[in-house]
Amino acid sequence: MDALALARLQFAVTVGFHFIFPPISIGLAWMVVVAEYLGWKKADADYVRLGKFLGKLLAITFAVGVATGIVMEFQFGTNWSRYSTFVGDIFGAPLAAEGVFAFFLESTFMGLYLFGRERLSKGMHWFSALMVGVGSTLSAFWIIVANSWQQTPAGFHVVDLPGGGQRAELTSFAAAVFNPSTLPRYFHVVTAALVTGAFIVAGVCAWHVRRDDKLAFARKGLKLGVAWGLAFAILEVMPFGHLHAQQVARTQPAKFAAIEGLYASAPGNAPLLLFGVPFMKGPPPSPGMAAPLEIPGLLSWMAFGDFNAPVKSLQDFPEDERPPLWLTFVSFHNMVLLGVWFVAIMALAAWRLYGGRLHESRGVLKALVISIPLPVLACQLGWVAAEVGRQPFIVYPGLQADGSPFQGLRTAVAHSPSVGAGEIAFSLLLFGAVYLALFVLWLFLMVRKTRLAGEPAPA
Amino acid sequence: MDLNTIWFVLIGVLIAGYAVLDGFDLGVGALSLFARSPEERDLHVAAVAPVWDGNEVWLLTGGGALFAAFPAVYATVFSGFYLALMLLLVALIARAVALEFRGQVAAPGWKGFWGAAFGVGSLLPAILFGVAVGNVLRGVPIAEGFAWQGSFLGLLNPYAILVGLVTGALFVMHGALYLRTKSEGALEERMRGVALRTFVAFVVLYALGTVATGFVSPFLFARVTEPLGLLLTLLLLASAVGVPVFTRAGKARLAFTASSVLIVAMILVVAVNAYPVLVVSSLGPDKSLTIYNAASSPRTLLTMLVIALVGMPIVLVYTVLGYRVFRGKTRAGQGYQAV
Repeated sequence: MDALALARLQFAVTVGFHFIFPPISIGLAWMVVVAEYLGWKKADADYVRLGKFLGKLLAITFAVGVATGIVMEFQFGTNWSRYSTFVGDIFGAPLAAEGVFAFFLESTFMGLYLFGRERLSKGMHWFSALMVGVGSTLSAFWIIVANSWQQTPAGFHVVDLPGGGQRAELTSFAAAVFNPSTLPRYFHVVTAALVTGAFIVAGVCAWHVRRDDKLAFARKGLKLGVAWGLAFAILEVMPFGHLHAQQVARTQPAKFAAIEGLYASAPGNAPLLLFGVPFMKGPPPSPGMAAPLEIPGLLSWMAFGDFNAPVKSLQDFPEDERPPLWLTFVSFHNMVLLGVWFVAIMALAAWRLYGGRLHESRGVLKALVISIPLPVLACQLGWVAAEVGRQPFIVYPGLQADGSPFQGLRTAVAHSPSVGAGEIAFSLLLFGAVYLALFVLWLFLMVRKTRLAGEPAPA
Repeated sequence: MDLNTIWFVLIGVLIAGYAVLDGFDLGVGALSLFARSPEERDLHVAAVAPVWDGNEVWLLTGGGALFAAFPAVYATVFSGFYLALMLLLVALIARAVALEFRGQVAAPGWKGFWGAAFGVGSLLPAILFGVAVGNVLRGVPIAEGFAWQGSFLGLLNPYAILVGLVTGALFVMHGALYLRTKSEGALEERMRGVALRTFVAFVVLYALGTVATGFVSPFLFARVTEPLGLLLTLLLLASAVGVPVFTRAGKARLAFTASSVLIVAMILVVAVNAYPVLVVSSLGPDKSLTIYNAASSPRTLLTMLVIALVGMPIVLVYTVLGYRVFRGKTRAGQGYQAV
């Protein structure tokens, strides 16, 4: 592999691994906020025990998230120096804002939450947990601003640099921050994080209830997780998933065609593909879809609110502007499938809970336990669809502030010219080994904490 | 003062904030390698556990601010220092998770391993930051168009290693002074001795470094005789004298304050003399990265200034509040506990 391919692989590995942890941190932080609030206001020892237990899971996850996040902060400069030069005037500001407004907040109050239980008033201690939740949620905003600007750049113009090359310069901070994809993506991702946290709480409490259904903190946690999980699993699909897909259809039609599997132009409207096996090679029409299961006109309606609206297919784009097809299609469709599963399992669990029968429904409880990692998987799949769907551009084409077209910055010309394939291969292996070890340790500690939480509380 | 100069100052503030704050917890981490017992090592860890994460954010924010304000420096230097930065990142990762993981399982082997990871993961960055600064001051091969022409081994030159030893000694001394304020009895007494001995090592290394700088980068003395340069040099000397004087007099908190001022003064002296150069090119002064040729557009610098002016006062308020909550001596049983 050449330096470019290795740099891309390294970025995919480091960002993919890092992105396991922030959704869990955000989701768990808000569950801790709720549990600690109930424990404090109701003076309920079960909720306090639940809060302490979830706080430990949060602390372990947060540490790995911070540790792997440091790499991201530096990697743009180390591996993608030409990209950094091109976008620094715009991308750097949200990154710095993330530090000033979010990282300081979550880190400082994380220390106060974890170590301040005996030193702070109950109200201040709860406020510390709240600030961890707020900080981590704000952090997601700024990083999504930066990433969304790569997807749908706005509020900039391109200027030539005196030393050669070009860069994007800011013309409007507000337009760059609230570029067309920021808010749809932010709500989509934050809701996904809340779903992730709820599934962990519901799942680990279901595991405890299956072993001992008298365990009061686990019963209360299960209720909390299921209620929270159902609410956000529904919101995740409708409206937020839907709104995000509509935004992609409007602003990144090539990506939309790839994730939806719309390879060939249809006369008039576009069908919604429910199932299909994409193939890339073979006689025309290729690429194509084998064994398709389609509903005519539905994609047109979902994307543009009109059964007869035309939707651009891949054939409308030159080959060198198409994203990889297989990966985008498969990741997107499996994410959607998981989203439907989240609503279904939580609806079933909520129905049983409402009827007072969830604690005896061993099958449903087991399904909740098995579902614990699935929201994390869905986040990863969504991230793959979003980032691979942006290819072959690292900054997507769009319009400059004066209305003139911007051709996009291609990934192929954005890496660091001074970093060789050998150096990247070395650091990739290094990070691969470290991350594998971290993942095993993290999982070991999470499982261990969960097991120990069921033992009688020390006097 | 133009926007570029304001951002030169603000980046300096972030670096100084990072060096003072993470400096002591890197130092405490390095000292934990020499703890006399597992219980004593627990105290080292507990003394920094509630605050280290907030301290490290100064580095993250500094990196983000550098990216935003001077993207050419971020892009050129970070890609140039590739392997060195990767080593630094692995050390920082090891340290971050070691702090959290160490207390989770009571088995001696587990605690020993993560204790070592915390120690080495602290000592290595304390030295590597100095090596990086040494290279930036000595000059690195940057050609036309900010093209990097250096190599990994080129970064390990004697001057840079000397500066790495300076920061290593400085942070260990700073950490010892901090730990002294947080500990009691034998550990407190031992930290007094460690601080005094590392102070001597620091003075010798810093003097050597200053002489070497005269040969390697004489422009770093350009403003020593101007009023501001002179004032800062005097501040540096005064705070350096303050460290052993207060340490001997038993004024532990004043000694830590003096060492904090010393760190800030060292950074300011370099900054004032180097201004407006950010990174020296060894291929000719016209190719150096300065606050003008490496900067973002005025609009971005202004936007960032607003962000900093709104955000940083709030950060300072709750940072001070956090330190107040955890003031006083650290005792056994505080900090991370195995369940």
